[in-house]
Amino acid sequence: MSECLWQPSAPLDNLRRRATLLADIRRFFSERQVLEMEVPILSRRATSDPHIDSITADCSGAPAFLATSPEFGLKRLLAAGMGDCYYLGKAFRNGEAGGRHNPEFTMLEWYRVGWDDHRLMIEVGEFLSWVLNISRVCSYSYRALFLKFLDIDPHRASLEELKAVVARVLELSFEPADRDECLDLLMSHHIEPNMDSSGERGITLVYDFPASQAALARVEHDELGAPVARRFEAYVAGMELANGYWELTDAAEQQRRFEADQKYRAEHGKPVNPYEERLVEGLASGMPACAGVALGVDRILMLACEAERIDEVIAFPIERA
Amino acid sequence: MANYSTNEFKGGLKVMLDGDPCSIVDNEFVKPGKGQAFNRVKLRNLKTGRVWERTFRSGESLESADVMDRDMEYLYNDGEFFHFMEPETFEQHQADAKAVGDAAKWLKEQDICVVTLYNGAPLAVTPPNHVILEITDTDPGVRGDTAQGGTKPATLSTGAVVKVPLFLEIGETIKVDTRTAEYLGRAKED
Repeated sequence: MSECLWQPSAPLDNLRRRATLLADIRRFFSERQVLEMEVPILSRRATSDPHIDSITADCSGAPAFLATSPEFGLKRLLAAGMGDCYYLGKAFRNGEAGGRHNPEFTMLEWYRVGWDDHRLMIEVGEFLSWVLNISRVCSYSYRALFLKFLDIDPHRASLEELKAVVARVLELSFEPADRDECLDLLMSHHIEPNMDSSGERGITLVYDFPASQAALARVEHDELGAPVARRFEAYVAGMELANGYWELTDAAEQQRRFEADQKYRAEHGKPVNPYEERLVEGLASGMPACAGVALGVDRILMLACEAERIDEVIAFPIERA
Repeated sequence: MANYSTNEFKGGLKVMLDGDPCSIVDNEFVKPGKGQAFNRVKLRNLKTGRVWERTFRSGESLESADVMDRDMEYLYNDGEFFHFMEPETFEQHQADAKAVGDAAKWLKEQDICVVTLYNGAPLAVTPPNHVILEITDTDPGVRGDTAQGGTKPATLSTGAVVKVPLFLEIGETIKVDTRTAEYLGRAKED
């Protein structure tokens, strides 16, 4: 089985489909008066996200970082008054490689001024329905999803209760450290693969994540009084496609979360890089209320092409790049 | 012993898990966009043959297992042990019935098998994919029925029982796929 590594790993028809998809995406936003923006892919600031690692480059003798998402740049443009805008281009995440991951990938991220997460979820559903030609859309709160699949309330269950559920459905090489690790395991190993088990392919939207997983979303109390992140995700065929927020616009809270992230990274032996303090300044100057979402374009293409692996839709994944 | 990290796990890598040598069957990187990274790994326990599914934190590592696959010629069975020889060094190894397992019913003297050595001792034996064996017992052949596709059981010289077409007779040699116990055809005389 000698493969020619100079050749693309993806069938040419899938790459032609990519060209069509990129044109379709630009048309979708052009018709809705959302403007395409370019933001730095190479930056002096890195992500502070506890579970996402930047790739470090050397630029003019000093470290620079490849963007893990266009988020900081787009939000600074929003703070400057740009209005509805999007980015369609490359993003990079260190160490992420597998059937659904390549360290270099194509991301679509857009922002809607004056919208909240629920209004944006409707548009994400419309977008996915249109590009993937799927009409069935269902939405669940994070709690409802856990109750449906595991009969447990993810916001109220104790760590011991969550560990017991994990032990029931999974074999692990380690003891889960905290509630979030349990929830991540249950979501990624049990709930996601069973989402479309009924057979018909549909779009599943999940909202109101645990406050501990807020990232850059606002935190509010839900109807049962639990603090929840106004964050949502979209899935098709058990594959995570998009992650959206009703964006945090409080500069002091943003500063606090950056510092908490940096502390977590230091405590867990991960690289601690300069964070984007200019975003905090931008928020302080008066960021408009808005909602934003990031979406993995390669995965949409996988679904459109019925591909099993991401290297069937990327011409030259990292092994050939 | 070397250690392998989850990002080095790939099909066929031999590692120690819970004190047993295992072969990695599949390694899936699982990471929620905003969550922690895990590796969902399928491993075959080389002692029991059982496939385990186990989730690791990305970056965890396992010790490598001293397991090697060697092509060896099957020599004979002395009633207790099965004897194999490395064709180049003439070094001989004896494997017990537990290591040979189901492969025993396909072993014909002088056939080349894959013997899996663990810490130098036979742990498992894989017969050739295709073997040529003589039919030692079956119902009498039915002539003129070659197109019908009916089958009957036939016992082979090694003790294996496979389904063969109705027209075959005792004493004929046939080719069988050992992975499926499927009859492939009459062996060519040459």
